[in-house]
Amino acid sequence: METSIAWLEIFLNASFWVASVRIATPLIFGTLGEVICERAGVLNLGIEGIMTIGAMAGWMAVYQGAGLWSGLFFAAACGGIFGLLHAMLTVPLGLSQHVTGIGITLLATSLTSYVYRLILPEVNSPPRIQAFEPLEIPGLSSIPLIGEALFNQSPLTYFAFISVVVVSYVLYRTPFGLAIQMVGENPAAAEAQGVDVTVIRTVAVVCGSAFMAVGGAFLTMSAFNAFFFNMINGRGWICIALVVFASWRPGKALLGAFLFAAFDAYQMRLQQLVGTEIPYQIFLMMPYVLSILALIVMSRRVGYPQALMIPYRKGER
Amino acid sequence: MTWTKKSVYSIIWMIASVSIMGVSSLSAKPKVAAIYTLPVEQQWISRIHKALNASKARGDIEYVFSESVKNTDYERVMREYADKGMDLVVGEVFGLERGARKVAKDYPGTAFLMGSSFGPTGQNFSVFDNWIHEPSYLTGMIAGAMTKTNKMGVVGGYPIPEVNRLVHAFMDGVRAVNPDVKFMVTFIGSWYDPPKAKESAFAQIERGADILYAERFGVSDAAKEKGVLAIGNVINTQPDYPDTVIASAIWNMEATIDRAVSKVASGSFEAEDYGQFSFMKYGGGNLAPYGTFEYRIPAKVKKRVAERSQEIKDGLFRVNVNDAEPKSTM
Repeated sequence: METSIAWLEIFLNASFWVASVRIATPLIFGTLGEVICERAGVLNLGIEGIMTIGAMAGWMAVYQGAGLWSGLFFAAACGGIFGLLHAMLTVPLGLSQHVTGIGITLLATSLTSYVYRLILPEVNSPPRIQAFEPLEIPGLSSIPLIGEALFNQSPLTYFAFISVVVVSYVLYRTPFGLAIQMVGENPAAAEAQGVDVTVIRTVAVVCGSAFMAVGGAFLTMSAFNAFFFNMINGRGWICIALVVFASWRPGKALLGAFLFAAFDAYQMRLQQLVGTEIPYQIFLMMPYVLSILALIVMSRRVGYPQALMIPYRKGER
Repeated sequence: MTWTKKSVYSIIWMIASVSIMGVSSLSAKPKVAAIYTLPVEQQWISRIHKALNASKARGDIEYVFSESVKNTDYERVMREYADKGMDLVVGEVFGLERGARKVAKDYPGTAFLMGSSFGPTGQNFSVFDNWIHEPSYLTGMIAGAMTKTNKMGVVGGYPIPEVNRLVHAFMDGVRAVNPDVKFMVTFIGSWYDPPKAKESAFAQIERGADILYAERFGVSDAAKEKGVLAIGNVINTQPDYPDTVIASAIWNMEATIDRAVSKVASGSFEAEDYGQFSFMKYGGGNLAPYGTFEYRIPAKVKKRVAERSQEIKDGLFRVNVNDAEPKSTM
């Protein structure tokens, strides 16, 4: 009776949309970062570890007295360093991108635990920082439903939206973006045009990894205010799937991240409505199952970068 | 380098002093090793770590520990510590109940005291668990009297017996003073995802919950942001959320650890269930001081809670143990 319309009413509640955008933010950064890497032809499975590094580095910098924005910059720089390591191994040395990526994830997550314990050997509960507060944009935030969801968010969420626009612009409207696309599609042709494939790929992986780290930092500096081991909790792997969903386009990456987050926000609310009849595991599964379905539909016409996962060696036929 | 007389003497002296130190440590304090599957910051583990550190500070034991040991690696670490000659190995074996018991069987000279859902085994494998359903019940009584909307939320990690029985005890306590309260229950399918726990708590507050049972990190943060109240679990979280956390059910491992250590020291350690040493009667569990809520909880309620608390300690009232998965009631 009451529940029959209650599951629809969830959509009319502004806080559902607010939560969806909030949950989407780290995924937007992560997916955007992975799109940049893969557009240049390098699969980056180090994402889960790089997000962990970002989460710890940003939070730790702020805890040690840095400002929020400089903490964020520090997180991005740390992510970039691991991106550089990944690029060094996979671009000039041409090692397996799968194996290297997994290795980076393992190294980064373990190193995070190690550094955390080194800096904070004796703590009873993880120390808290003053995290980013939601920033209300006057006027726009009073639009019903959409206003609150889009214009009463953390500054990092606005930064995520801006990043999508900037990355789209760079990728499609600048020579540098064109070079990134070219080395991902046909590195030999790019080389013939005088583009240095190694440099472009390396720069793309470093920039992409910096975005991933910012996605991790969002979790400790905005969504929450402390760092916990394992708190990335598979979000990096979700981003890998979202890249395929987005068919390697920044705009669609935003859409994909939002859809996944909305499924998640919805299941949390639905779980309370009909949780007595259906096991909770079904609800937890929901975002993933729906993402797989969406992936099947979307990936029928995917055009993945032609040189993805193929190392480029100068002069090799 | 030439071998002068002086350097040879100093080396001999060093070796001698080290071996004397070694012998003296062997004869005196029991050597205790702890193996944790999560970092020592985790609420549950922090209680064991604290009790062992207290014992070490008193000079009762020598204490070493390994944290974040994966379940798949746990047996190896158990064996390593046993091989190193540890007298007592403490830990939690919820993910490897059978394997851990096999290890204990291979090392009859080592005492094992493990958090476990099952009973003691063999000669040297004792078990404990966070049996703080009694103070959880008391926090429920307080919450039941403080709610205005008669709606409460529970956010948990996974519905395992250790979580379920505390949630049920809390709910029973609530209903004992306020039978009209309805509950929303959410599980997030992770022990360690505070942002997700926080989002689930937000969803419950939207639906009218004004008191949240904070089983996971993140829930009290949501309550604080939205200006509702929360109940703490295992550790006293009120110092971090002075205007949010009304009461906490605290777990004290001291009674369990101290008993095990003295048994090991006297050579009388045997396989037994230490579960009851987490009961209020032994000081293993208690209600945190009311602190900032001292004057916000009605005196009538505090009186009832004090009476019930005494009844529990005297064995006149038994809090029901229910390990089934708690479900939403609204």
